[in-house]
Amino acid sequence: MSGEGRWVHSPPRPSATFDEYAIAEIQRAAATGIYDIRGAGAKRKVPHFDDLLFLGASMTRYPLEGYREKCSTEVTLGTRYAKNPIHLKIPITIAGMSFGSLSGPAKEALGRGANAVGTSTTTGDGGMTPEERGHSKTLVYQVLPSRYGMNPDDLRKADALEVVVGQGAKPGGGGMLLGQKISDRVAEMRTLPKGIDQRSACRHPDWTGCDDLEIKIGELRELTDWKVPIYVKVGASRPYFDTALAVKAGADVVVLDGMQGGTAATQEVFIEHIGLPILSAIRPAVQALQDLDMHREVQLIVSGGIRTGADVAKALALGADAVSIGCAALIALGDNSPHLAEEYAKLGTRPGCYDDWHEGRDPAGITTQDPELYKRFDPVEGGRRLANYLSVLTLEAQTIARANGKNHVNHLEPEDLVALTVEAAAMAQVPLAGTNWIPGKTGDQF
Amino acid sequence: METVDLQKTPLREFNQKLHDLQGSSDKAEFKVLNPRGKHAVASGIDAPVSVEIDGSVGYYCASMNKQADVVVNGSAGVGLAENIMSGKVHVKGDASSSAAATGIGGMVIIDGNASSRCGISNRGVDIVVKGNVGHMSGFMAQAGNLVVLGDAGDAFGDSIYEAKLFVRGSVKSLGADCIEKEMRDEHKETLRKILDEAGIGEEVDVNEFKRYGSARQLYNFKIDNLEAY
Repeated sequence: MSGEGRWVHSPPRPSATFDEYAIAEIQRAAATGIYDIRGAGAKRKVPHFDDLLFLGASMTRYPLEGYREKCSTEVTLGTRYAKNPIHLKIPITIAGMSFGSLSGPAKEALGRGANAVGTSTTTGDGGMTPEERGHSKTLVYQVLPSRYGMNPDDLRKADALEVVVGQGAKPGGGGMLLGQKISDRVAEMRTLPKGIDQRSACRHPDWTGCDDLEIKIGELRELTDWKVPIYVKVGASRPYFDTALAVKAGADVVVLDGMQGGTAATQEVFIEHIGLPILSAIRPAVQALQDLDMHREVQLIVSGGIRTGADVAKALALGADAVSIGCAALIALGDNSPHLAEEYAKLGTRPGCYDDWHEGRDPAGITTQDPELYKRFDPVEGGRRLANYLSVLTLEAQTIARANGKNHVNHLEPEDLVALTVEAAAMAQVPLAGTNWIPGKTGDQF
Repeated sequence: METVDLQKTPLREFNQKLHDLQGSSDKAEFKVLNPRGKHAVASGIDAPVSVEIDGSVGYYCASMNKQADVVVNGSAGVGLAENIMSGKVHVKGDASSSAAATGIGGMVIIDGNASSRCGISNRGVDIVVKGNVGHMSGFMAQAGNLVVLGDAGDAFGDSIYEAKLFVRGSVKSLGADCIEKEMRDEHKETLRKILDEAGIGEEVDVNEFKRYGSARQLYNFKIDNLEAY
């Protein structure tokens, strides 16, 4: 090639706007005429806990000795009204995931893992299975719009109830379980024909609005003789008002789920474009609790994109009482494992990217109802892996707490944090690193 | 029969007394006075008891009922007998929205009218409304039967699954995927049994009813149905 030829064409230049994914999605939409459905949470990059740093101890803060001085992790949930609050050894719970979206052995593994480290698991849209109750020492029973499988017997077997108003992946959306995952057992539990697409309601059938919710919570308390805590779960949307209204409605615990929180099956456009990143939602929720003088009396559980002990510690420092994990728990069980690379390739994907949980063809045997697939999954081994992972999260959060001079992980506070970006500083309401500037705040921040 | 005056006895105490009977075969009878619109009256019973309430009740009366026979000599608020499992709940007046919502079994009888969303997400309860039902009744109903002796409002049976809807009067409009269906002998027999159970089999002619149910066109997403979504 002569030296002059290179000036004829400019080199191939991909568009930042029409990037590889955007183009592929246009082509997919043009070919099929239907939106894309998938599992998991938002995949786009959003301000997250990675944009925060802890300061650690220095001249004005005394650290605690690692491996020697105790740093507690236990948390009690439901102290406001319940006769029997939930006592957890670690502030990391397992989020609601249905039998139906997950296989029976996967649900069992979640229970085994949670039991081993002293935390709770949560049912999902489809009711409570005997296996789940049997393998979960502390089980939270979700009261969802669909009420699939809802009955008073299971209600009274639960250690806590969670009224689900929404979830982070789809605030304002109902459930979806496509026909290929509706086995005989799932269909029977949900009183629906086998093989149909189950589009669970997005609104509760017997209450509308916060004033009704207060009466609904009152009913649930009567049904359970005021014994168990009642959580209210909302997707991160209008966290200040949603938290305030949940408190007004009588919640013992508010569960706040950011857009990175997973779903079993939802439209891609819903997952990626509705709802807030969890980083931006925690402070407004905590502010609502503080304004009502209810911080720590009504506990706050946050979720959506928790991966590490650092994430746990940051969420707690921003004012949460506990966190909840869903996607990370599935990964710990074996979802998206590299050893399944060949099988993921057959499904047109690769480890780390598999999110077609709605199709029921999960080679890891977790998000499926196919007996051939789920029998591959060993619930004992899965439970052990989850317990290991939860232990690591806890150890990491303790490490950070000690470094910041705290003898309980819940003693972490916003002033232990700084932000790496202006956006994160504004959302988390902590100073930009190296400055005393909190965007949106005025006055001396020291 | 034990009389409970809710102006004197806290509701919590009364409901606890009912719950303490769970598992017993005691066919105790209770007469409840002065409910005055209280919510969750006689909710969560799991015993073959009889409760007769003199006056109107608030939300969620007799919710999640099992075995019990509950009569309301008055009207009922939102969510009457929601998630009823078995037994019978009979309201002599009217019922507000979402009567018998998500019921799994048993029977709910409303002598007057029922408001919107009657029998929403029905999963097996038989509901008899002697008057009219409001809009969106039978929404997403999965199983069970809704019998309306009067008229039905807008969007009747919207997004219905396998529940059966029987209406003697008019239907203002049908919801998505709900159609009129042939009233065959087996349906008349089903209806007759329900009316007998409700104590009005002698006075109501099953031949006067039309049957409505699912066209089953929205069971699986089809792009051809786009206008229905």
